[in-house]
Amino acid sequence: MRYFTEDHEWVDVDGDIGTVGITDYAQGQLGDIVFVDVPEEGKTVTKGDETAVVESVKAASDVYTPVSGRVIEGNAELADNPGLVNEDADGEGWFFKLTLSDPSELEGLMDEAKYEAFVAKL
Amino acid sequence: MSDEAETEIELQTLPLDAWHRARGGRMVPFAGYHMPVQYEGIMAEHLWVRESAGLFDVSHMGQLLLSGPDLDVELEKLIPADVKGVKLHGQKYSLLLADNGGILDDLMFTRWEDGIYMVVNGAVKYDDIAHLRDHLPDEITLNHMDDQALLALQGPKAADALGRLVPGVAELVFMTGGRFDWNGVPLWISRSGYTGEDGFEISVPGDKAEALADALCAQPEVKPIGLGARDSLRLEADLPLYGHDLDPETTPLMAALGFAVASKRRREEANFPGAERVLLEREQGPVVKRVGLLVEGRQPVREGAAVLDAEGSEVGKVTSGGFAPTLGVPIAMAYVPAAMAEVGTKIQLNQRGKVHEATVTAMPFVPHRYVRGSK
Repeated sequence: MRYFTEDHEWVDVDGDIGTVGITDYAQGQLGDIVFVDVPEEGKTVTKGDETAVVESVKAASDVYTPVSGRVIEGNAELADNPGLVNEDADGEGWFFKLTLSDPSELEGLMDEAKYEAFVAKL
Repeated sequence: MSDEAETEIELQTLPLDAWHRARGGRMVPFAGYHMPVQYEGIMAEHLWVRESAGLFDVSHMGQLLLSGPDLDVELEKLIPADVKGVKLHGQKYSLLLADNGGILDDLMFTRWEDGIYMVVNGAVKYDDIAHLRDHLPDEITLNHMDDQALLALQGPKAADALGRLVPGVAELVFMTGGRFDWNGVPLWISRSGYTGEDGFEISVPGDKAEALADALCAQPEVKPIGLGARDSLRLEADLPLYGHDLDPETTPLMAALGFAVASKRRREEANFPGAERVLLEREQGPVVKRVGLLVEGRQPVREGAAVLDAEGSEVGKVTSGGFAPTLGVPIAMAYVPAAMAEVGTKIQLNQRGKVHEATVTAMPFVPHRYVRGSK
């Protein structure tokens, strides 16, 4: 099941493991991505924390974690190939994985249909 | 350029507004206008200009025509250039200076039959007009040509593309211009620009701008290019941006624009604003200086980042920075103390608490490819 934030992050949840990325809409708004900074394994993050950085030619943007937990992996591919986020924001361009500490936080997020409706109004 | 946003004031539209939107331009607030920041993407647009030709709408810039008695003498009281030495249709870069030598704007001026044509930055054009009006005698007429649009066609194939529409432009050399006719539309075209590439700037009546932009983009070499790529192109080409790399706190020598005070006569007369300070800095070197930086790693270091000395104290600022699409690495311009301005000096930058290593490097980052002619 995939959940979305109003800041255009997504979290894909499988058991208590969440995979976090930014949406295709977000990568399109950012334009050519030239740098991504992902968190290190073991870092504890709280919902809403600035957990990753994504930089386009134009500007730097913070990525806020949609849920709290402990980071188990950052996407190492993005260091050498940040453009992966432009090519496949919903898949290969994921940012980090974490173990959810409070799955109830997911209740406040949007599902795909709601997110699409949200983006359509922007 | 996002910091240029002026959402507080009501934004104006330029003659090509609908044209940009129809072509998929993403419009942003810039210098008080709606302007296209990109079409297909900054990276692709940037590289297209370096290898082919790109059309920029720079109609936000101020086009002024000064005319009247003793114009050269009067204008020389405000800028350090050798105005008298500029021949008909010759073009020159100069700086509008404050009494303390601080830079109020950078500009291009050209001698026309009936006066001096001047192009100034959009963001400060009304300040410039006020400054000129305050300092020039009443006998000098200042005409703000705000019914004219300004287009720039830049890139190694610009001369081919424009030459097909307007025969004869290829005979211009860098920093000269001429009057041309395109299907009955009068054009002023100079061989100049803001990308480091060969190219042209074209002043066209606003109501004919769409037709000309269409005709140019119908050429196979030409695509429309947004402000985003304009910024990355000029950064690679060591062309400072007013309000960022230049401001009233900076002087010509601090800004590494010593060529703007190259006229021996003007230096000897020493009668331009701030001459005493500017000439002293020319002799002794400025205390701080604009330099180019190659930044290690992949993360861009942008405007506002601090330059650190060996003790970690802030001694300077990054004034422009970003990813250089032509080079594939982050680059920046910064003001640093003279002792750190030598090419090859290793320096540290602090951006949002993270320290980046950088090396002072010669500019331009990407060589200029101006067509200067054989003279």
